[in-house]
Amino acid sequence: MQAFTTHQGIAVPLLDNNIDTDQIIPARFLHRPRNAGYADQLFCDLRFHVDGSADAHFILNQPDYAAGSILLAGENFGCGSSREHAVWALMDYGFRAVIAPSFGDIFFNNSLKNGLLVITLHHQTVQALAQEARQPESRHLSIDLEQQCISSTEQGDLAFEIDAYRKEALLKGASEIDMTLAKEGAITAFEEAYLKRHPWLIPSPPTTITTQ
Amino acid sequence: MAKTMFEKIWEAHVVEERPDGTALLYVDRHLVHDATAQAFDLLNEEGHSVRRPDLTFGMADHYVPTHQDPDRQGHHDAMVSALETNTQRHGITSFGMRHAYQGIVHVAGPELGLTQPGMLLVCGDSHTSTHGALGTLAFGIGASEVTHTLATQCLWQKKPRTMRVTLKGTLPAHITAKDLILTIIGKIGANGGTGHVIEYSGTAIQALSMESRLTLCNMSIEAGARAGMVAPDITTFNYLRDKPYAPQGEQYDQAVAYWETLPSDPNATFDKEVEINAGDIAPTVTWGTSPETALPIHAATPNPAAMATEQRSAIEAMLGYMALSPEQPLQGLAIDRVFIGSCTNSRIEDLRAAAAIAKKGKARIPAVVVPGSWQVRTQAEKEGLDRVFIAAGFEWREPGCSMCVAMNGDHIPPHERCASTSNRNFAGRQGRDSRTHLMSPAMAAAAAIHGCITDVRNL
Ligand code: SF4
Repeated sequence: MQAFTTHQGIAVPLLDNNIDTDQIIPARFLHRPRNAGYADQLFCDLRFHVDGSADAHFILNQPDYAAGSILLAGENFGCGSSREHAVWALMDYGFRAVIAPSFGDIFFNNSLKNGLLVITLHHQTVQALAQEARQPESRHLSIDLEQQCISSTEQGDLAFEIDAYRKEALLKGASEIDMTLAKEGAITAFEEAYLKRHPWLIPSPPTTITTQ
Repeated sequence: MAKTMFEKIWEAHVVEERPDGTALLYVDRHLVHDATAQAFDLLNEEGHSVRRPDLTFGMADHYVPTHQDPDRQGHHDAMVSALETNTQRHGITSFGMRHAYQGIVHVAGPELGLTQPGMLLVCGDSHTSTHGALGTLAFGIGASEVTHTLATQCLWQKKPRTMRVTLKGTLPAHITAKDLILTIIGKIGANGGTGHVIEYSGTAIQALSMESRLTLCNMSIEAGARAGMVAPDITTFNYLRDKPYAPQGEQYDQAVAYWETLPSDPNATFDKEVEINAGDIAPTVTWGTSPETALPIHAATPNPAAMATEQRSAIEAMLGYMALSPEQPLQGLAIDRVFIGSCTNSRIEDLRAAAAIAKKGKARIPAVVVPGSWQVRTQAEKEGLDRVFIAAGFEWREPGCSMCVAMNGDHIPPHERCASTSNRNFAGRQGRDSRTHLMSPAMAAAAAIHGCITDVRNL
């Protein structure tokens, strides 16, 4: 996972509610291997017309915001499908953080596993940040994870919440799998006792399978 | 202390807990499908092995073709074969294309008895909430968590809050679990369940068949909920009896004795309570691009001019995308295509309900029926449902996700309006610029034979 310590960048207001992962990256692109990158497919149907030309109204197609790296979003951002491609597409494009009043649960988890910092702030605070970001001269924000602080020109310093453990993992960019595998002893002890109490959980293959 | 069903199952799976309440949970069942290739790539790159291949099962569904298409347009066979290669490599039992047990993972899992009460079940798909219908704690995870589960058979999770949705009374005739769940989402909103596990309870829920409970729990995620659950009871136990992977003989009795301890204690409290009167529910249809835009059939689209400024632009955008005007009645709205299928509504009961309506006429517009699994398809053919559909001009396809997500080449052409039994009406979900109206199988069949949205109660 990519570590997150501090970041300074352009804030991009995209405040529609319920932006689902199908809009972040449509399903027809999901077969691409991870290392091929998804930057060009981010918000594809919002960013591009059917003929592939850019939709000038979409914020990322406006020169002041094209290099954005902090997304200011609406309620329930990332709801819908569990596709982690939504996080990959945002990160491949260059986003390092998303600030919204609420998130889809699976998207929220997926983000933190990859080093995309997701911050939940009050609806009105996000609106105020967006208002500010709409003025090109005040579109920069900085985020300090250690201090749990967002700094903007007009709103000043804003504190945000994050679980201590998740913060730690993000600061280090640590691999969760390795950390869990280090608990091998505890897992095995639990597993043995648990499966002994619930022996039917280990499935036995059916005796007959009717073939097509 | 009185506990909810969710709390009982959660606690039984805690390997370790952190001071902030995040827990390392043991996973009883992990289902993988053909859209999880990237998670296996990560596992293989990092050189991990699969800890419990015997508790992991594979299913091809998202990318499988549903008909013999000679030019293979828009197909991604490589994704289906990647699942085969990965599961073989790691010793995982997998049901590939045209296997007798193959189907949509959320249809085939319960039907094979792979899903059981009290289990913690995960799958790299948001509609994993479906499996909660059996009293299972089941939720969708992303690719990183799939890799983590493969390697460790465990997952770190923050404990969600609890919510109870109580359905009082009985459902009127012709009203299905689909109408019920669309009504619930319409009431609590697309994020009404965020951060919560929903338990559905009440007399109307207890009366539901297992198929209907699966439909109900399937769409819990459309209310933002982490999971949806129904307490296991005699309906559940009978459903699981003799399923291929369910416990057999003495082990079945032992399991039932455990399953009977799972329902929430009578005095258990929930963080949130919602009550709905089942008797008030009408056939329900969505008009916009979020499942929360669900309305009873006799209603009309909202008028943005009458709304608060903040909501106005969102409503206008949805009406624009859907090519609808303000205050347009849903009844009589012309439809271009019909899709009957998906993990929400492709089980035998759904196909029976759709066939009962298809019998009454001929499809005026293209309509496809995609059974949820080979077992469903075979059963339907035994009952002659395929012949009913074909005689009424519907296409009878092979099992898969198909037009629910348009990943396998099946899709709705741009700007066409589809009556669909699936679970998501998001912009572009069924193909770029497609327009989706969600409804029950009987309502979708009625739309096919009338060419427009029709109240199934009048047929
Ligand atoms: S049928 Fe649709 S919702 Fe269900 S698993 Fe397949 S793609 Fe997902």
